[in-house]
Amino acid sequence: MGMTIVEKIFARASGQCRVIAGDLVVVDIDCAVMLDMSFHRTQRRTILKVHDPEKVVIAYDHMVPAPDKDSAEAHAYGREFAHHFGIKRLHDVGPDQGISHAIVADRAYALPGTVLVCSDSHTCASGAFNCAARGIGAPDLLAAVTTGKTWYRVGETVRYELTGSLPPGVSAKDLFLHLAGTWGHHTNQNVEFGGPGLAGLSIDARRTVAAMGAELSAEFATFEADERLLDYIRTRNPASFTPVSPDEDADYADRRVVNLSTLRPLVALPDAVISNSVPVDEAAGQKIQQAFIGSCANGSLEDLAEAARVLKGRRVAPGVRLLVTPNTQAVYAAALKAGHIATLVEAGAVVTSATCGACFGGHMGVLGPDEVCITASTRNFKGRMGDPRARIYMASPATVAASAIAGHISGADA
Amino acid sequence: MIAGKVWKFGDNINTDLMLPGNLLLAPEAEQKKAVFSANRPGWAEEVHPGDVIVGGFNYGMGSSRPAARSLRNCGVAALVAETINGLFFRNAVNFGLLALECPGVHAAFEEGQTLEISIEELVVGNRNSGATLKARPVPSMLLDLMLNGGLYPYLEKQGLIGRFGAA
Ligand code: SF4
Repeated sequence: MGMTIVEKIFARASGQCRVIAGDLVVVDIDCAVMLDMSFHRTQRRTILKVHDPEKVVIAYDHMVPAPDKDSAEAHAYGREFAHHFGIKRLHDVGPDQGISHAIVADRAYALPGTVLVCSDSHTCASGAFNCAARGIGAPDLLAAVTTGKTWYRVGETVRYELTGSLPPGVSAKDLFLHLAGTWGHHTNQNVEFGGPGLAGLSIDARRTVAAMGAELSAEFATFEADERLLDYIRTRNPASFTPVSPDEDADYADRRVVNLSTLRPLVALPDAVISNSVPVDEAAGQKIQQAFIGSCANGSLEDLAEAARVLKGRRVAPGVRLLVTPNTQAVYAAALKAGHIATLVEAGAVVTSATCGACFGGHMGVLGPDEVCITASTRNFKGRMGDPRARIYMASPATVAASAIAGHISGADA
Repeated sequence: MIAGKVWKFGDNINTDLMLPGNLLLAPEAEQKKAVFSANRPGWAEEVHPGDVIVGGFNYGMGSSRPAARSLRNCGVAALVAETINGLFFRNAVNFGLLALECPGVHAAFEEGQTLEISIEELVVGNRNSGATLKARPVPSMLLDLMLNGGLYPYLEKQGLIGRFGAA
């Protein structure tokens, strides 16, 4: 029996010829990403040793720009830490600011065939880069930074074979809602994506699906590497790397074919995304007070362009707040140049700087009691975006934009 | 041997229910009061040290936040579920919460019954019904961390991080 993508990456990173589901592996880490949260006074521990400063990236994202004095103190502490240990890749508030998973993508820090960790559950977003990336706990991250290693219990892998291409107006978020609605959770399993449909999926689209792997409760969500990916990486990072393909006879728990051409826009109903997706029509008419487009899953240039396409020449309905958060300041600048920001603002949207803010109910868009929100972010758990009495629907950027115009949940014209 | 009163929860219990986002950076004493406040208000006052949680499938789905630490701070002696989300399991190891996957456990217990675990054999028993179940094996390296306070004390001993509370 052959190996899947992550099994092969683990075999290399643990110095073994073969790794199979059920193994416990201890692997060398190629990149460890720390966040502003890593330095908050309620979370941090004094780090006495850094295994390899060249392998560490720091990205401030949850609390940017600092919404309170503790966050400001955490930022200062982290700057001092980076300086002390000679960590050069520090993404502070400013032009290099962004949501960590988007920064890692933008700069191609996540290289094919490598192992990447970060203490955030959506780290699996970098699986789009043929990288074994997953979120770990804060103590795990300290172990990773100080020892250069971490452990994994290797799960079995489900292979998704993509065919066809997404119809106009149907996005990667709808593909995720389809997977979560059809197959439910993937606890203790990895998901792997490939097949002829991959070529038609942009890198941003792949990142959306990979980020949402956390919401499938998958351990790793890894994509095959194709020319489109390799071009993307080579233009951003001169480092050498070795992409990994699964063996022909890899041992999968299941192989599932998804024909992208048959997908339609979907909405997840409040409180859960697992087995909770319905066609947009079934939720249509539900009044909303807030609409949000952003996060590591849906704050890309492509997502902003799609929102601008739907909002061009239209107005956000009275009584609705539409918040748009680009995933990096670089994407913000690109969207500005392309005219998307003007379109969004003229339509009545509030565009924020790149931050996790509203996505985790932290700041810049927190929901109040009994409010209804439709979000193109990562989670709709009870209380996720603020008051636990608020109700959160989840959909694609196009559906969120169309709903903001209508004042209630509504599909976008393709 | 661990023995404790059972609190029963369903499938896909998420980390935001155990540690709400607005308390992410609050002191641990405050976080512990809010455990399950959205889905089971009052639980944090009713739970007693030594009690155990029985869960369904995909227990602990969601974020990397230290939700396992909040359960431990509530005095929860063990979590036994049909399946446990991978990231929650890591944090159970990290923060020293005994967390076992045990097929059939959800149907085998009623709330309020007494669940016992023999650590050596990883056998889970129902003192009221007499039923016994076998938990899935946990690699010894991880079980040791779970039973000995988690990762921080280990990293401290290795001289890699400072002692808790030290500047
Ligand atoms: S944008 Fe949301 S899901 Fe993504 S890293 Fe930030 S808080 Fe987590």
